[in-house]
This record gives sequence, C-alpha cells and structure tokens, in this order.
Amino acid sequence: MRQSRLLSILITAFLFLSAGCTAKSDSGKNITIWHWMTDREPAFRELAKRYEAKSGIKVNFELYAPSDAYSQKVRAAAQGSNLPDIFGILGEKRDFASFIKGGFILDLTPYMLEDKAKWKNSFFAKALAVDEFSAGNSYGVAPGIYGVPIDIMTIEMVYNKSLFKQLGLNPNQPPQTFERLLEIGRKLKAANLQGLVSGWGEIWMIDCLANNYAFNIMGKDKVIATIKGEVPYTDPGWVKVLSLFKDMQESGLLASGVVTMVNKTAEQLFANEKAVFAFNGSWCVNVYKGMNPRLEYGAFLPPKASNKYPMAIWGGAGSSFMASSRSKNKEEAIKFLRWLTEAPQQAYLAESTNNLPANKDSLNWIPPVMSDFAKAMDNATHPNVWGVSEFSPVIEALDKGIQSIIIGEKTPEQVAREVQRVKERELAKKR
Amino acid sequence: MRSALYYKAKNTGINLVIHLFMLTVAVTCIFPLLWMISSSLKTQETIFKDMSLIPKVFHFENYYRAWVEGGFGRYFLNSVSYTVIVVIGIIIISSMAAYAFSRLKFPGKNILFFMFIAAMMIPIQGSFVALYVLLNKLHLRNTPLGYILCMINVGLSASIFLLKTFFDKMPKELEDAARIDGCSKLGIWWHVALPLSKPVLAVVVVLNALNVWNEFILALIIFDSRSLMPLQVALMAFQGEFVTQYPLLMAGLTIAVLPIIGLYLLMQKYIIKGVTQGAVVG
Amino acid sequence: MKIKASLENYLFVLPAVTIFAIFYIIPFISVFQLSFYDWDGILPTKIFIGLSNFKEIIADKIWWQSLWQSGYITLIALTFQNAIAFLLAWACDREIRMKHFYRVIFFIPPVLSEVVVGLVWQWILNGNYGILNHWLAYFGFTNLTHNWLSDPNTALTTVAIVHCWKGFGWGFLLFLAGLQTIPRELYEAARVDGANAWNSFKNVTIPLMIPVVVLVGILTILGTMQVFVLIYTMTGGGPGYHTEVPVLRILASMRGSSRFGYACAQGITFGVILCMVSFAQYLINKKAKA
Repeated sequence: MRQSRLLSILITAFLFLSAGCTAKSDSGKNITIWHWMTDREPAFRELAKRYEAKSGIKVNFELYAPSDAYSQKVRAAAQGSNLPDIFGILGEKRDFASFIKGGFILDLTPYMLEDKAKWKNSFFAKALAVDEFSAGNSYGVAPGIYGVPIDIMTIEMVYNKSLFKQLGLNPNQPPQTFERLLEIGRKLKAANLQGLVSGWGEIWMIDCLANNYAFNIMGKDKVIATIKGEVPYTDPGWVKVLSLFKDMQESGLLASGVVTMVNKTAEQLFANEKAVFAFNGSWCVNVYKGMNPRLEYGAFLPPKASNKYPMAIWGGAGSSFMASSRSKNKEEAIKFLRWLTEAPQQAYLAESTNNLPANKDSLNWIPPVMSDFAKAMDNATHPNVWGVSEFSPVIEALDKGIQSIIIGEKTPEQVAREVQRVKERELAKKR
Repeated sequence: MRSALYYKAKNTGINLVIHLFMLTVAVTCIFPLLWMISSSLKTQETIFKDMSLIPKVFHFENYYRAWVEGGFGRYFLNSVSYTVIVVIGIIIISSMAAYAFSRLKFPGKNILFFMFIAAMMIPIQGSFVALYVLLNKLHLRNTPLGYILCMINVGLSASIFLLKTFFDKMPKELEDAARIDGCSKLGIWWHVALPLSKPVLAVVVVLNALNVWNEFILALIIFDSRSLMPLQVALMAFQGEFVTQYPLLMAGLTIAVLPIIGLYLLMQKYIIKGVTQGAVVG
Repeated sequence: MKIKASLENYLFVLPAVTIFAIFYIIPFISVFQLSFYDWDGILPTKIFIGLSNFKEIIADKIWWQSLWQSGYITLIALTFQNAIAFLLAWACDREIRMKHFYRVIFFIPPVLSEVVVGLVWQWILNGNYGILNHWLAYFGFTNLTHNWLSDPNTALTTVAIVHCWKGFGWGFLLFLAGLQTIPRELYEAARVDGANAWNSFKNVTIPLMIPVVVLVGILTILGTMQVFVLIYTMTGGGPGYHTEVPVLRILASMRGSSRFGYACAQGITFGVILCMVSFAQYLINKKAKA
C-alpha cells in the first residue's frame, strides 16, 4: 500500500539522519571555541590554521550568530554541562558573575600572574578590568581575573567634516563644550540638515551617553553612590543630565526619528552623509569604510557640559574569551589564549578586522580615526568595572524616560521621579 | 467558464474599482521583493546611496559569493531535508489526529483537542532552555532527529486546528459510501478525507514549510556541529554584530526565498485543483 | 466492541499526543515550575519565591500596557487585515482577470524576511526622506508629514499597519481555500433563483464561510498577540513604551535583565489570558450559531 511505503521511507530517513551525526571525535588534542563575532570569523580561522601549523593542536572556532541566540545557547549549554573549552559571554557583569558562581568559568589569575605577571601586563589595564573582579565586589565573586580580552572598544562622537565645511565651520574643530554643540545644532537645523544619529532605539546607547554626562556633571563617586542607593535619581545632578537631552532636542541637534533608530540605520545615515553627528563605538570605522570609503570624519569626546569633573566615555574590552572550568583541555586552552593575545596575533586581528587590539604592544598599526578612538581610552570607563550594577528595570526606566523626554512627552523632573520610584521598588525587593 | 457574476460586476464598473484596489495592494507587495533583488545586485557602497530599483552596474557575483562564502551548499541541503521530513511528518500526524477529532468518538476527545489549541497560546521563547535540557537527557541534542521532532511539535497544533475545521465542513455521505464499500477508518482517512481536503492540506504544507525554512534559533541552540545547521544560520552570518554585508545578505535572502515561492506556486495549483476534484466526487 | 473501537480511534491521535506530551508538556511543566522561582537562567541554584513573580506582574503597569497595545494591534488585524484578506480572496475566487498573478503576489509579504520588510518600511516611513512623507508633501498634505515611527501618536498604528500588511497573505490564502471548497452549483442555483451578486454573497458565501472566518479569526488573534520580530526591528518597543508588546517584555526579562523565573511567569500569565480570550470567542460563536 502506498501509505505504508511512505511511512517506511520516512522511518529510514529518520534513522539515517539520527545515526549520521552523533559520533564526535574526542581525541583530546582539539580545542573548541564558541563565539558570536561574525565579522572576525575569517580572521579567527586563519589564526587557528597558523596555530595548528605551529603546535599541532587543532582549534575549532564555532560561530553562532546572531548574538541574542548565541547568548541563549551559552546559557542552555551551561544547564546541560555542554560548554566548550573556550567561549564568550554576552550580558552584564552580573551575568558574568553568575557563570563564575555556577562554577562554569576557570579562574585565570594564577596564569596571569606567572612569570612576574607577564601575561597580565601585556593588556591595557582598562581592558582587563572588564574581566576582573576586585576584592570586596558586590557580586560575591572571589577576586580574580576570569577572562581574556581580545580587543577593546570605545564609544564616542563622530562628526562629518564635509558637512562641517558646508555649515561654515572649521572641519578640524569639533565642539568642545555642550553650549557649542547646541549652537551647531541650531545652525544645522537652520540649514535643514540632520544632526545627531545613534542607535537610541536600542536603549543601551542612550544609557551610555547619559552615563557619560552623569560622570561629567556629578563625578564618578556620586554616580556609584546613586547605584548603591545612597543618592536619589531626583538629585539635581541627575535632573541636569536628563535635561541635557531636552536641550539637545530643542536645539535641533537630534536627527528625526533618533528615539526609535537602530544603530545600523544610524550608521547607514552617517556613512551616506545624511547626518552631521553620530554617537557610535569604535567598530564604526569598519562599518563606514565598507559603506563609504571616502567619508571624511573625525572622532571626539562628547562635549563637556560642566567643568567640575572630567568627561567619561564607555570603553574597555570589546569582547573577551573565558575558559571552561570543566574542560578536559584546560592547559591547552590557556596556552592557545596566551598565544592569541600575543602581539603578532593581536596585530593581525586588529589589521584584518579593524578593531582596536587589547594587547598594548600591538597599537603600532592603526588608521588615524582609529587612533582617535584609541586615545579616548584615557577617558574610558565601563559599568563592568564599577564593582556594582544598577538594576535592569532602573536602567530601562531611565533610558525609556529619556526617549519620552526627547519626544516631549515628559519633563526631566517627571522622569527623575519615575526612575527613583522604580529604584526604590527594586531596593525594597532585595532587602 | 465565466459566471454571470463577472458580467454583472463588469457592467456596474465595480470591476474597475476592484482592479484598482488589487493593483495598489499588489504594488506594495511586490515592491520589497524587487528592492531586495535590486539590492542584491549592488555593492555595500551603493546599496543605500543609489536608491533606484535598477542598479547602474549589476553585481551578479554577489550571488556566487553569498553561496560560497556562506557555505550554502551544505546548509541548503540540510534545510531541504528538515523541511521535507517535518512537513511530511506534520501532514500525516496532524491529519490523522484532526480526522479523529472531527469524525471519530472516544473519551477525552474534547479535552485533548483543547490542549492542542491551548498549546498555541503560550509563547515558545521561555521553553528553549527546558527543551534543551530535555533533548540532552534523551540524547537527541545535536541530532537531526531531535530537531525534526521539535519542529513537528511546533507545527502540530495549528495544523490540527486548520485541518479539523475543514474536515468538519466535509459532507458525511462520502464517508458512509466508502464505509459501505468496506473501507476501514484508516482507509477512509487516506482515500476520502485527505483527497477531499487538498486545498487546506496545501495551506498546511506552505505554512509549515515556511516555518521550518525560516527557523534558526532552536537550531542554533541545540546543534553544536555547524554541519547540521539550516540555511538561515548562514544568512545570519552576513548580519554581524557590527558589520552587515547587505548585498550578500540580500543575495542570500533572495536565494533562500526562491524555494518557498516555488513551493507556493506548486501548492497553489492544489488549492484550485482541489475544488474540481471535490466537485467531481460530490 | 465499543471499547475496541475507542482504542482503535485512539491510535489516530497517538502519534500527535506522544510528540506533544514529550516535546510540549514536559518543557511546559518545567516552565510552569520556574515561574515560582527567582532564577537568573545561569546559576545552578534557584530560589523558591511562591507567587511573588505573579504578584509583581499584577503590579507591573508596563506589562499591562504592552498587553493592551498588542490587543490594539490585534483589533486592527482582526477587522482591517481580515476584511482586506477576505475581499481580495473573494475577488480572486471570481473569474477575474490576472487572478493567477494576484494569487502569487499577495503571498509575497508573508514569505519575505523580516529584515527586508523592516529595512523597506523604515525607508518608506522615515521622517526626513521617506517616500510616504515625500508623496504626502507632493499632494499638498504637508501638515501630515512627520516621523511615523517615533511619534507616540502614530507609532503603534503604523506598526500595526505594517504587521497587517505582512500578515494578510495568510488570511487571503485560507479564505481562498475556503471559498474554493464551496461547490459552484450553489452559486448557479442562486443565480437561477434570480439572486444578484450581493444576495448570493450574503446567502451562499457568508454562511458557508463562517467556520473559516472563525478559524482565521483565532489564528489572527494568536499570531498578532504574539507579534514581536517586526516590532523589534522597527521600533524596539519605543518611543518610550509606546510599541511594547508582551513577547518583547518577556524577552526583555529573559535576556535584558536575566530574570528567567519572571519571564516564565509572564509567559504563563500571557498564555492564560490568551486562552480566556479565545475561549470567550469560541463561546460567542457557539451562541451565535445556536
């Protein structure tokens, strides 16, 4: 009968498919690395080839993109104890801490300190800090270094030099003060140009700029105190930070639709000279190069709104690798990570992927705009090095609140009160 | 054969209005497709600069590059296998169940049916980790079988619901005739119910094929070996965290959408043919 | 004899029930359990917190706002999208010129990737150089031009319309399949009885199509209430919370803030609400039929 034949074909297909792929070679001299960095995949493969030629150890880089799915995969794999020898973690410091507390990640401190801390000292201190837990951190993690930074990134402002010329501005003089930035905002509005584009639809980029100005206006200690719950968000300093966004909108500086813009759209617009400013990370050099190699632009720190404290931007390790504590090939994995972060390999990675290297000895090769971003490392900080984390609902309330301020729906004072309410609710829950 | 309705509509001029409306909708539907194809022939530099639908230079090599750099050969084959097996599995399993829910009597029928319907209402996102742990225990993680069974499960509820609705509409007399001719229940399901419901079966095929063809999150989570991944995973590689290779992505998307459009064209015939056959039997 | 028949009948649902029990019920039970825990999705330890997650959901204003918003999108989809899908299917069921062409074209949006749909619509709707505003200005409606996606007054409706555009192909297909199963003789008979187009539509098409309309209605509710990919690519839930929908909130709890237990509780709550809505619709239909 026809249907039984169909069924038997089906069953054969099932068996065939299930049998074909369960066997996996487990020779022990293989290292498996999971990552999500599509743009670095070819470079990683090339490095793996070089390493195999040198040491005879095969390194499998397994790419799982997009990052959302990758992050779910790593978490699921942790539940099933299927983590590979080396992997990256996406998420906040708190999630990183959970992986460590769950016993999934190897403490690299002894390896870092070997040989007069040779490995440790090869990195930018600020890059390594992202993977470090200091003594007395609020996460309850034993102090130590738990990851290896592969590259670094900084997030700052970029401006289009040719549009600056068109506005009658000096193309080599980006604004130094917030007042000056607003002035340019009014100017470009009059000239019917679009001002600042950024991925403010993905809220973390708003958070980033808001934090930069919080550091500038209130200083690091007060920001940390706010996170600890000692200073309320209704503090005049925070209201000032929030009102900066209102000022930016009112001056005409912000491009239309910036509140729902995804960063890739922002990059498209800036690369095609449809916007004068962008707030973006150092990865943008590679993006702009692909879309418009002739784009003339420069990077600068967000202009100061106050002279009381220095401007801070977000920066540090762009991506890191962690070694699995349950791996059978720990020593091999660490040897490979050490090799990967040596100067020649770092230089190769930087050159072929247009990322800033984490190894400070390999900065000799980078293009001019990149060096602007690299210089900004001096001003860099990152939530992952503060030792405390703000509650996610508070971050969301702040960033969504800023969106509301920009569209004129709420006042800075209103948003400050709302954020403080969420903060108090979260604090009450933890007690 | 033109019905009288057609002439009436034509006489009143409604036809013109209908056509105008349908054309407007058609233009909005076809525009993104054309944009995708046109973008797939541009370069990363020109894709957002030159917004015209006809590119100045046709970069057909994007298709070759997408195929080779994305490693499409292997993934394409995987996706076709998964789609074919899952769809056949769903058709058989769900049509049997739907037939039972529609025609046969057994205790607990309504509760079971309601469970399938309720299953459609809980968003799947939360259950990935649970599913992962389960597959791990069953030793089905990182196997095509595990993925296929999961995907069959995903499509079951909606397919049963669809098929039951159409089975309910079927005239009972045909079955009675078949029963008198000595057909078993299985025979009625295969010889009467399935042929009569070809239009909706075609819809079920398209619905599930599209669903499996576009799936990638579950595949990424449960497969470790890249050699088992479906096509969508290769497409994701073109949209990196930072750099998206738009022309390659668009070329890849165009390649990926073709089999689905082909399948739809094929199934479309059954949606129409089903009627004539049903009419003949009736 | 009767027991034997019942057992035989069970065999028809056995494969479906087996797969369903293993791959749906078992994971569902663990999701259900997790909804009573405080768990970040990583740590091996989970803290039992009873009903706290559910209590928090009840007080979570944004959650309820997102639910209303997806309800609003669903309402538009149920009426606007399905009316258009039905009209187009009806037109294509008739002997209309180019119907083969239309039948193919109308199914393009559902098969297109969300990436393409998002990019194209963003380009159409952009406030500054989008085609929509360009045409509005061209025809003199300058006062209507604005950024459709970042204005809180239009963001949700705009998203809803794009969603309807992407989804109407399914309704179209199902309605067409339903219309095609209506025997042509019935129309002929109606014509012989002297019915005009409207009368035969009212007396033949509508009554026979009611089950399909109910089916499409329920599938629309389920599909639209769970919408998120398109919204995620177009607005990310913004500006503010104006286009947030439940699944985006669930994902935000799961990925953004690593509150896995809370996300599970949100999923369960959402499922229960959807069940109630669908059951209510089912009862209303039953009453209408009786």
